[in-house]
Amino acid sequence: MRKNSRLPNFQNLGIHLRILLIVNLLAVMAAILLSKQLREFFPLLAQLSSLVQPILLLSLLSLYGLHPILTKLKYWQGVMAIILLETGMTYLVFMFIAYYFSNVLPAEIARPCLLAAIVTGIVIYYFYLQERAYSPAIAEARLQALQARIRPHFLFNSINAVLSLIRSQPKRAETALEDMADLFRVLMSENRDLVPLAQEIALCHQYLDLEKLRLEDRLKITWQINDMPSDAMIPPLILQPLLENAVYHGIEPMPDGGEIIVKIYTKVKELHISISNPYAPKNDHHSGNKMALKNIKERLQLHFDLESSLKTEAKNNRYEVHIRIPFGS
Amino acid sequence: MPLNILIADDEAPARNRLRDLLGDIKNVSIVAEAKNGKEAIDLAQQTKPDLMLLDIRMPVMDGIEAAQHAQKIEPKPHIIFTTAFDAYAIKAFDLNAIDYLLKPIRLERLQAAIDKAHALQAIQQTRQLAALQPLQKMRSHLSIHERGRVLLVPIETIIYLRAELKYVTVRTAEREYLIEESLTNLEAEFGERFIRLHRNCLVSPNFIMGYEKRLNAENEQQWVALLKGVPEAIAISRRQQHLVRQA
Repeated sequence: MRKNSRLPNFQNLGIHLRILLIVNLLAVMAAILLSKQLREFFPLLAQLSSLVQPILLLSLLSLYGLHPILTKLKYWQGVMAIILLETGMTYLVFMFIAYYFSNVLPAEIARPCLLAAIVTGIVIYYFYLQERAYSPAIAEARLQALQARIRPHFLFNSINAVLSLIRSQPKRAETALEDMADLFRVLMSENRDLVPLAQEIALCHQYLDLEKLRLEDRLKITWQINDMPSDAMIPPLILQPLLENAVYHGIEPMPDGGEIIVKIYTKVKELHISISNPYAPKNDHHSGNKMALKNIKERLQLHFDLESSLKTEAKNNRYEVHIRIPFGS
Repeated sequence: MPLNILIADDEAPARNRLRDLLGDIKNVSIVAEAKNGKEAIDLAQQTKPDLMLLDIRMPVMDGIEAAQHAQKIEPKPHIIFTTAFDAYAIKAFDLNAIDYLLKPIRLERLQAAIDKAHALQAIQQTRQLAALQPLQKMRSHLSIHERGRVLLVPIETIIYLRAELKYVTVRTAEREYLIEESLTNLEAEFGERFIRLHRNCLVSPNFIMGYEKRLNAENEQQWVALLKGVPEAIAISRRQQHLVRQA
């Protein structure tokens, strides 16, 4: 096993769901193996389930509570602790059932305990493999790839716009080049850690100033961010590529331009970000759009697993991207 | 005599930049500036430029389509495309030796392109432009040559296209036009925006109000489509009657 493997985050809903799914699948398999005929399957499954579910629920609860302690241990210590915990939990549940319901100790309590240890091992191995598939090295490579995907179209058009200003409005050209330098500094840096929302918004303003240079009045933008928590932490470069998409697909193809609306608000411990732009269905959609969306989706998943989402919707001649990120935990 | 140039770009700074650069070149004058392909064609008819500098990515009508419509203007203007970045287009231009300028544009490159435009025969250019047609998925307008003028009819205003003996009739709410293109080719290009109700007729579903059964010339019952904005109805051939049932 690699040195720096980490235990899964047992306080994450997505991890809980996966554990439930795997263990119950194993229970189904056990029921199939044990039943001689198919009609015995459901009663057997119910019987197994009545033993498995209490253990599962107790395990999830205690793992949730013990998570802060478990993360302080070394990986192999954590694994051992969890296997011991599960075995012990199984022992307790069986003793409890035997004591209150059947008054007879099961002949061999070691058998279910051994099974529990094996099932725990399988689940931990699953998470180990999953973590390896989404290892930071791979995630970083993906981030790098995403950064390379800033539209060349934007870069060259912006340089062209700045060139047009140098003779007539040198001051404005200076500001524009400074904005560009800031923007590309962020785009080219390593963007692994979460950043405050306010920082991302500032970057977006610089980006939009550059686009305004080219598109002038055609680009209108409305910010509905009064209820925004500026200190919320989000992955960097989530908003800017979405605005770039909105400009490329929603503003540039329209002769009179249009309005991009950005809404940011919190609702029940979640940060919601919505970006919408005008959209004419006849404009053929570039694959670039899907690339950027897919990338952002992947990065959200790397950071927040199932607790975040990215949805798109085309309705009433507008195209909307809606992001949900956990906040305040 | 100076070379008359029309420039078309949807971004004002890009037009300014071209104007600055052309100001540094001798013997050229800018006769018109357009914000999109459609404006470029309209202005080109009034000002008869020798050369059109067309941006590729523009709203309403892109540069490649404008270049194709421009071939109907007499005398034919030379075309040079300008583009910031468009990998497919650049490849196509390289293959067909039509000149293009990459933004940001350099003075020397612009000068060279203008010299080259002089040397290139207009007929040769027409053939090269035709080779760009695959880049154009679907035109946004049909261009109609009428009494020395080129009329641009937006596709979305067309109610139906009907094949006549040698021509195709283009029907809009205002009037009819004749074009010399085959209905088969039009269907191949605009298939997703029109449905074929009859062997000789493509109709835009946006204008279909409903269907009605009528007696035709041979006194047989026949389904016809009723259309918004025009009095005539379009007969539906037997093979297409399933469309009525779906409606």
